[in-house]
Amino acid sequence: MSSETVASVVRPSPLGLGERGLLPNVYDLVVFILIAGALFALAHGAHEMRAPLATLDMAPVTLDPGKLPEYALRTTLRMFAAIVASLLFTFVVATLAAKNRKAELVIVPALDILQSVPVLGFLTFTVAFFMGLFPGSELGAECAAIFAIFTAQAWNMAFSFYQSLRTIPSDLDEVSRHFRLSPWLRFWRLEVPFAAPGLIWNTMMSMSGSWFFVVASEAITVGDTTVKLPGIGAWLALAIDRKDIWAVVLAVAAMAIVILAYDQLLFRPIVAWADKFRFEQTASQERPRSWVYELVRRGRLIHWVFAPIEWTTARLAIIRLPRLAPRLLPKRAGKTGDMLWLAFVLLSAAYALWYIFDYVRSELGFDDIAQAFGLGFLTLIRVAVLIALASAIWVPIGVWIGLRPWAAERVQPIAQFLAAFPANVLFPIAVVGIVAFSLDPNIWLSPLMVLGTQWYILFNVIAGASAFPTDLREASTLYRLRSWQWWRQAILPGILPYYVTGALTASGGSWNASIVAEVASWGDTKLKAAGLGAYIAQATEDGDYPRVVLGIAVMSILVVTFNRLLWRPLYRLTERRFRLD
Amino acid sequence: MDVQVKAAAPVAAADAIVRVEGLSHIYRKPGGGDLLVLDNINLALKDNEIVSLLGRSGCGKSTLLRIIAGLTPPTSGSVTIDGEPVNGPASQVAMVFQSFALFPWLTVLENVEIGLEAQGISPHGRHKRALAAIDLIGLDGYESAFPKEMSGGMRQRVGFARALVVHPEVLLMDEPFSALDVLTAETLRTDLLDLWNERRMAISAILMVTHNIEEAVLMSDRILVFSSNPGRVLADIKVELPQPRNRLDPRFRALVDSIYARMTAKPDDKPREGLFPGTGISMELPQVSPNLLAGLMETIAAEPYSGHADLPALATSLQMESDDLLHIAETLQLLRFAELAEGDIRLTEAGVRFVKEDMDERKKLFARHVLAHVPLVGHIKRVLDERATHRAPSSRFRNELEDQMSKKSAQSTLRAVISWARYGEIFAYDEDRGVFSFENPN
Repeated sequence: MSSETVASVVRPSPLGLGERGLLPNVYDLVVFILIAGALFALAHGAHEMRAPLATLDMAPVTLDPGKLPEYALRTTLRMFAAIVASLLFTFVVATLAAKNRKAELVIVPALDILQSVPVLGFLTFTVAFFMGLFPGSELGAECAAIFAIFTAQAWNMAFSFYQSLRTIPSDLDEVSRHFRLSPWLRFWRLEVPFAAPGLIWNTMMSMSGSWFFVVASEAITVGDTTVKLPGIGAWLALAIDRKDIWAVVLAVAAMAIVILAYDQLLFRPIVAWADKFRFEQTASQERPRSWVYELVRRGRLIHWVFAPIEWTTARLAIIRLPRLAPRLLPKRAGKTGDMLWLAFVLLSAAYALWYIFDYVRSELGFDDIAQAFGLGFLTLIRVAVLIALASAIWVPIGVWIGLRPWAAERVQPIAQFLAAFPANVLFPIAVVGIVAFSLDPNIWLSPLMVLGTQWYILFNVIAGASAFPTDLREASTLYRLRSWQWWRQAILPGILPYYVTGALTASGGSWNASIVAEVASWGDTKLKAAGLGAYIAQATEDGDYPRVVLGIAVMSILVVTFNRLLWRPLYRLTERRFRLD
Repeated sequence: MDVQVKAAAPVAAADAIVRVEGLSHIYRKPGGGDLLVLDNINLALKDNEIVSLLGRSGCGKSTLLRIIAGLTPPTSGSVTIDGEPVNGPASQVAMVFQSFALFPWLTVLENVEIGLEAQGISPHGRHKRALAAIDLIGLDGYESAFPKEMSGGMRQRVGFARALVVHPEVLLMDEPFSALDVLTAETLRTDLLDLWNERRMAISAILMVTHNIEEAVLMSDRILVFSSNPGRVLADIKVELPQPRNRLDPRFRALVDSIYARMTAKPDDKPREGLFPGTGISMELPQVSPNLLAGLMETIAAEPYSGHADLPALATSLQMESDDLLHIAETLQLLRFAELAEGDIRLTEAGVRFVKEDMDERKKLFARHVLAHVPLVGHIKRVLDERATHRAPSSRFRNELEDQMSKKSAQSTLRAVISWARYGEIFAYDEDRGVFSFENPN
């Protein structure tokens, strides 16, 4: 299929950059303190219930190729469990934020910050927490893994849904009120369909991004306990322990098949189906296509599958819930109510701040904070340099491909496939190389951070170059723009909005990847680069919760600052100046 | 001239379906300050009549329609339907929207059914009623189509079917034909009038908002002419021409001309002022490009008008909506390039000179008039003159404007000023930095 249409057609702004102001408001800081406080409290709680971890008894993972299909299936199932949880979370939390102004003031900054928090750092205490919930049962570990994947998906899905709810066209809103749709009917007939394209695109991108986390969350070492959940990630961890390169190759192949199936059987059919929810009044020329969707649509199968679903939703939609609020809400919200709410939030934040201070003072020294920031700075330099390098390589290549439709059509699906492929499956191969040539891990482990994320730059640039208007190209040729001038005044401004989207996603992904990329092992050989990712990984392995939280908090601060100071202004600038539609 | 205009007799309370009494509406500006949108409106809609609310865009007539429908609460005054006060979306009315407001992800049938679905009617029952409405409005065969596959005219038919299917007593129409092309709009109007005259729709009355004078005369039994800023009922005109009406009928033309004259008459108390909302530097300015102004002046100066044109005739020959034409004409009046009176437009001496001059002289003349008659331009220039750097950020002026008007109006007023100042080379504006200055790149 001409996949560039997929990327160009539904291109929601990442991280809600289009919507919110640059100025940090009081809630941003307050909410950050609240989140950090909650993390420390969680770490403290997890510390208390470490005991049951050791007693877990599970069927051991083996490197038997016959078992690999089953492992692949279980990995996929974990992914789906997480996506269902994320959808539920999105519907509840984003709706609450859009409908309730007090909730909105806290939820929106919280989502904004949470999507910058390095997900992998969570694993440690969520494992402890869920194992405590289901002592001695495999379910606890499963829940922890699913929760880790959930945290990689939920925030930007909720953000996208919230933004859609806030931008519902006023005439459709009036129609719904005029015909007295119940809130429930309004949700299913107006709000969900209107939000569907953005939400589905975000969900699919989140799923692509979270294969990485599934793999990482299946083998978790906390202190002296290693939990291995049957799946491709656990298989891989075992293969690394045993230095079995053949098993690593098998894992790569299994992962490739899973991603390919996911792309063809799920991603593309759903994007093609969701095209009908696009809010536009004229039919578009180029629609996303999918052979599976066509097949299903033409066959009778779809009716068997969808008839009960449609029947159920039709019945669900006319359920009449008792009306809780009067129909015409007076819009003048009470000032005193707002002040009380603000006071409550500020007091909680003050308490959280005191709690953090107290915790840091008793468990950590302020030297630790300095050390974490120092290491964070090293990782920051790595991310910046690598994104710059990846851009220098992939922008020219992406432009070259994007301007040639025949090439774009072939390369684009490959680039999207590579972006979804969990790069950590490939790490062992790189590590074998580093060990074999005894290279400096401080330098040579770094490229692993962008191994999986650089493709976001490539496929966004291809999409941008494909969308570059033909008349502008012809004008450039006609006026004989020389090559540097052509780059500077024609194509670079033309692809900039796409590039920024790609680079932003890539940089966020690289921060996350640093936690697994800065430390790598092969059998008993351990490679370690100095950086915040390695610091968090090390603290996790030692079961040193205070330092894990510290590392996560510092990384979140760096990512949020990076986003606010660099990506957000850049994104706004490109949206204002360089949009070609 | 035998013009069929006379004041309608006051309606007795008993036979009015919709009654609006002493209704005023105030729009609260975000930056503080209030704007009176509707001022002391009284209105009665009787059984079996079509009434048009006719006025310029922004005169509050659409707001009035939404207040009657119960979508917006009024600041003061009352609305009753069948003697019951309206507080919340009213069940006796159904509305047709200017933008059609169809759900693009629902088929025609599902769109028509939405109101019945909200009432909790069983799938079978609503299916039957929806098919009947679709049949009535001429949409047979389109049941499973999606709105985006249909032309504007067919989409608005869906809008009508969706409104009729809930069996309202009163049909409210908010500029239902203004988003359609001329031919489609005419077909749809005729079809609707046929259904109405043949009593095939189970509705008692129609209330329509429009800015199109001919449309109002063609369709209504009564026309309420609204003034702008604030919206008031200027005249209540009974139209006694027999249906079906003929646009070429001299009595039809005479009525259209007389309404044009009413709508372009200068208010007695404040000559010039009141053309646009606000006064002095906080006058809300329309975004009319200098090219349009020049184009209209050239057209009026040329044959067959020779400097003096009848607005309805001009609108027809330029194929423009009367409202759009009035916007340009009033901007010319603001700049003293033309005079509007009694439905006519006449170029002033300056207007005639403008047409004769070459590009450079035109720009100089334009600049003089803009500086003299648009206080905001003079204000910005003075600020730039006073400052040593001769630069000023646009936010400074935007904030000033936002104290007096909505964010959107402030934005469009600034846009208008920038475009006129650029054409007249009065001052420059750097879009990137948002700064006014005297420097033009050399």
